[in-house]
Amino acid sequence: MSFGAQLFLAVLEGTVTASVLAVTALGLSLVFGVMRVVNVAHGEFFMLGAVIAWSVAFTVGDMPLVSFLIALIVGPLVVGGIAVAVDWLILKRIDYNPEGTIVATIGLLYIIQQATLILYGPEARAVEPPFYFLIQFPWFGYSGYKLIVVGISLMLLLGTWYGLTRTRLGLYMRATQYDREIAQAFGIPVRRVYAAVFALGGGLAAIAGVLVVPIQQAHYLMGHNPLLMSFIVVIVGGLGSLRGTLLAAFVIGISDGVISVFFTPTLAKIVATLLVSLVLVVRPAGLFGETEP
Amino acid sequence: MTGRKQDNPWRTPMIVLVLLLAAQFVLPAYHHGNLTRIMVFAVFAIGYNLAFGYAGLLSLGHAMFFAAGLYGAGMSAHFLGFSMPLAFLFGGLCGLVLALAVGLVALRTRGVSFMIVTLMFSQVGFLTILYFNEFTRGDEGFVLAQEIRQLRFGETVLSLTDPTLRYNLALGLFAASYLLGVALLRSPIGRVLVALRENESRVQMLGYNTFGYRLLALSISGALSGLSGAAYALLFAYVGATFAATQYSIYPLLWVLLGGVGTALGPLIGTGLMFYLVDFASEITSSYLIVVGVVLVLLVIVFPKGVIGTLQEKWRGLRS
Repeated sequence: MSFGAQLFLAVLEGTVTASVLAVTALGLSLVFGVMRVVNVAHGEFFMLGAVIAWSVAFTVGDMPLVSFLIALIVGPLVVGGIAVAVDWLILKRIDYNPEGTIVATIGLLYIIQQATLILYGPEARAVEPPFYFLIQFPWFGYSGYKLIVVGISLMLLLGTWYGLTRTRLGLYMRATQYDREIAQAFGIPVRRVYAAVFALGGGLAAIAGVLVVPIQQAHYLMGHNPLLMSFIVVIVGGLGSLRGTLLAAFVIGISDGVISVFFTPTLAKIVATLLVSLVLVVRPAGLFGETEP
Repeated sequence: MTGRKQDNPWRTPMIVLVLLLAAQFVLPAYHHGNLTRIMVFAVFAIGYNLAFGYAGLLSLGHAMFFAAGLYGAGMSAHFLGFSMPLAFLFGGLCGLVLALAVGLVALRTRGVSFMIVTLMFSQVGFLTILYFNEFTRGDEGFVLAQEIRQLRFGETVLSLTDPTLRYNLALGLFAASYLLGVALLRSPIGRVLVALRENESRVQMLGYNTFGYRLLALSISGALSGLSGAAYALLFAYVGATFAATQYSIYPLLWVLLGGVGTALGPLIGTGLMFYLVDFASEITSSYLIVVGVVLVLLVIVFPKGVIGTLQEKWRGLRS
């Protein structure tokens, strides 16, 4: 394969990584933006999405498309439900104290991860893609499913943007993000907005997990990498800035893909993380960050 | 931590150290070995507590400092033939230098960003160890040969395989770190650090170089973590990438939270309790880390001051 074709393949792979990353990181960024909560268990929500997709496929049997569609609905619903329960049982009780929530969600990370290990086991399990077709480029054939993943991700990003800017709930969320107390004074049910945002954030991660599982296998430790990548993206983009998150997701995802094709993935991660530190030296609040309160 | 303290501040530390010294004569071999490990890890926890409990720097990346000490000591002894004391000090130096370097970048951020940045740096450290698999042996790790684990004083040769010697070396390191923690808390530097935790802008307005003090706290903390890692490598002869993984950044946080944030004795109590809890849970299930998760959540919700913190409060309540 010529260098040009290889670069093209690298960019394609990078775009797939980037769009899944964008959906995952958007969830994390929303939760931080509105609730000021750093959810360290975010990667586990992603992993739960993947594991649920496998369970659905296992239950439904030999109908990959049907089980894929069911998983796309059931995954975020179940994870959203867990998120609401967590919000109510844990986060609310510590009054969303920033350090407390970090420690509590670290605990949650271990609880979800180890519970999955008990119920699901240590194996990595594959799920069949909902359809097989190759898109023929002049140099190579490329999995059509991966392009569908990019399409669904873009739709989700657009949907979230629409929801935030054009609906009442979105208005509530933005008002709460801007000033929690004033929002409450204006009769916005802040508690319920928090629960909704936490569920939405978890749901986005779960959908990303469902999308990724036909490409990557479902495994109880798979949440670690998306969590770190999302952290990098959210920090570089600037904590609390959705625009920054999306931009950073695409820049980092695509360059990660390109570096991974030409060098080892480990080196790609090392380079990406060190670049982030450089960004922080120049702009401690990230590229689009507001200065910290 | 009390405002006015008439009691001798050295009384509790002395009692604790005498108890630890006496414990080796009564404990059965199994617990004797455990306590050696607990004391080594408690030094790590004391180091973490200096940054988190005293100066309010919540780091999620201390595994890198522990691993710097572990590999600094292990590899210099294994490849370069450093003697044990030299390798030990070199490990501490590695932790110190790494903390200084990381601090220069990471301390530009604060709060939540600081936690995430330290977490990421620590991940870089872990990946770097895996990347240089050829020397570090990655996840598998390597074992230090018995011939090099010896202390020589002229003619006498002491082998680090002797449990009594290991126990007392660990006790010595722990005692030094513990007393350093107590002394620091009462020193002017320690008071500035605590003030920094409580209200940074006020400290800045009083004319203190807050960045310098935070860097100092992180460096001492990194050095202690490095010494703890070095001691682990030399006493237990094993060096592996597991100790650089995220889990080992979470453990010191957990130990300190459990024992009592910002207390001098808390790190030992937290490390000991957690060690036995994990030990007990891993006999029952291979998913023993779920215990770590449950304890973390419970600590935050119902027990935010930890064991020593709660006891201190009760005690103060009784006396006043």
